[in-house]
Amino acid sequence: MNQWFAHTFPNVIYQGWGGDTGWWTAIVQTLYMTFWSAIFGGLLGLIFGIGLIITAPNGIAPSKTWFWIFDKIVSFFRALPFIILLAAIAPVTKIIVGTQIGTTAALVPLSLGVFPFYARQVQVALSEVSGGIVEAAQSVGASFWDIVFGVYLREGRSELVRVSTVTLISLIGLTAMAGAIGAGGLGNMAISYGYNRFATDTTLVATLLVLILVLVVQVIGDILVKQLNHK
Amino acid sequence: MTEEPIIKLDNINVTFHQKKRTITAVNNVTVHVNRGDVYGIVGYSGAGKSTLVRVINLLQEPTSGSVIVNNETFFQATDENAKKTIIGGNDLRDRRRKIGMIFQHFNLLNERTVTENVAFALQHSPLKEDEKKAKVAELLELVDLSDRADQFPAQLSGGQKQRVAIARALANDPEILISDEATSALDPKTTNQILALLKKLNQEFGLTIVLITHEMQAVKEIANKVSVMQDGEIIESGSLLEIFAQPKEQLTREFIETATNIDKAIETISHEALVHNLKDNEVFARLSYVGDTTDEPLIAGLFRDFNVTANILYGNIEILQETPVGSLLVILSGETSQLQAALGTLRDHHVTVELIKGGQSL
Repeated sequence: MNQWFAHTFPNVIYQGWGGDTGWWTAIVQTLYMTFWSAIFGGLLGLIFGIGLIITAPNGIAPSKTWFWIFDKIVSFFRALPFIILLAAIAPVTKIIVGTQIGTTAALVPLSLGVFPFYARQVQVALSEVSGGIVEAAQSVGASFWDIVFGVYLREGRSELVRVSTVTLISLIGLTAMAGAIGAGGLGNMAISYGYNRFATDTTLVATLLVLILVLVVQVIGDILVKQLNHK
Repeated sequence: MTEEPIIKLDNINVTFHQKKRTITAVNNVTVHVNRGDVYGIVGYSGAGKSTLVRVINLLQEPTSGSVIVNNETFFQATDENAKKTIIGGNDLRDRRRKIGMIFQHFNLLNERTVTENVAFALQHSPLKEDEKKAKVAELLELVDLSDRADQFPAQLSGGQKQRVAIARALANDPEILISDEATSALDPKTTNQILALLKKLNQEFGLTIVLITHEMQAVKEIANKVSVMQDGEIIESGSLLEIFAQPKEQLTREFIETATNIDKAIETISHEALVHNLKDNEVFARLSYVGDTTDEPLIAGLFRDFNVTANILYGNIEILQETPVGSLLVILSGETSQLQAALGTLRDHHVTVELIKGGQSL
């Protein structure tokens, strides 16, 4: 078995497990990038998504100005192709993390790349919370924050988990591009060590690992949605 | 009784500005609701009923007018551009807790259990945690849902959902309950259960209820006062009896018809041979009466005193506010002079006589 593997996947073996170019390192880099940019980008997206819902004309704090600001910022960042954002944002990245290359540096463009997507998803998810429920909450004297946390986020919980799963999967996709600024990860493994070196076996295994990661996220997401939904 | 009305809406206007046009949803409406009233506001959808009642707890801020609830001014502005007084922030939320509201589509929190839904209304209550628990249990007992405490709304029937909504609306011991088409999504049997519950709340706890609906049937069951709304205006108001016995406006009559079906009966009976081939000495008439008139054997009297026979083809007697209100469709036959005298006697006894067919000579 081992012999067969070594024979069929020579380049996979060559990459090694640990070390700068090893598989474990690539997996950790991908997980690291996905996790932290999901936290930062997710929070930012959540804030913008909630902002879009409550400042909308039928929201609980309608404001044309604020809605316009949220909407335009989200639209602007969504319009930027991620690979360009990676490069264009470099000076800002340098200010924030002190360097413009590497795995940590990639968190800035990844967060900025994923937040507008997530903001729109949150907006859609929360817009499904019926205005009637919000009105009923107001009629029993609920405050602004009661409604944001107790109604919108609570009622939209399972929908939020669903869109978070979708976002997380597309974020894993974005981390594959972060190799362009030296962030490493499985995407980089597939392109730099696989494709560029005609090491098809490396590309194949890297792809397989990404697929497994996506699958795990999807399955966990689906289970959570099912458990949280009482509609 | 010179007590001030618990709800005083005066000269309320609500206008919405859309891109190019202005929509007047409520047009100069004045409504006073006394403590303990069950006040029905009837109208077709789009008449402005929902907008009007939302003015009471300021879920809808009026454009102008004055809103006084429990002697406290919630809103006051003489016109759109005038300086307005409006209660806001914590004070408003505090007052809203004293005005319960239930809705056509129940509007329960789907991701919370029955208990949690009711408890949601108690978030800012000064009660201690164990007192809140007891309060929720007591409310669920009141609406007969104690056994459903841990279920989610999706597991309940429409009537049960509405009862949860009622428990939630009553959580902060309100003096006023606004019912926005609360029975419109329910079947007739469930509707009656909910109406009976509202009636009980009104009678036992003195809860003032403002009930908006397009179903006259619901109003007939429990209201003591009625206003009819059309195109943002109140076109007719009065006690339930006045409205039912002597409707003035066409729309009011239409609504009453939906509750009594008398027009439909006239329509059907008119096609029957008896009425179709009405003889010269016969007249097809509708007799309407209110109250004690029904205690006297009038119909029998017609024969005794005038030799006029009455063939009763259809009858509808309602007990509204403990007063009988009746409508009879009859064929009266007798000699012209006798018929004339008979009709005169009926009118003397406050029976409204409406000749539908025949009797040209009368």
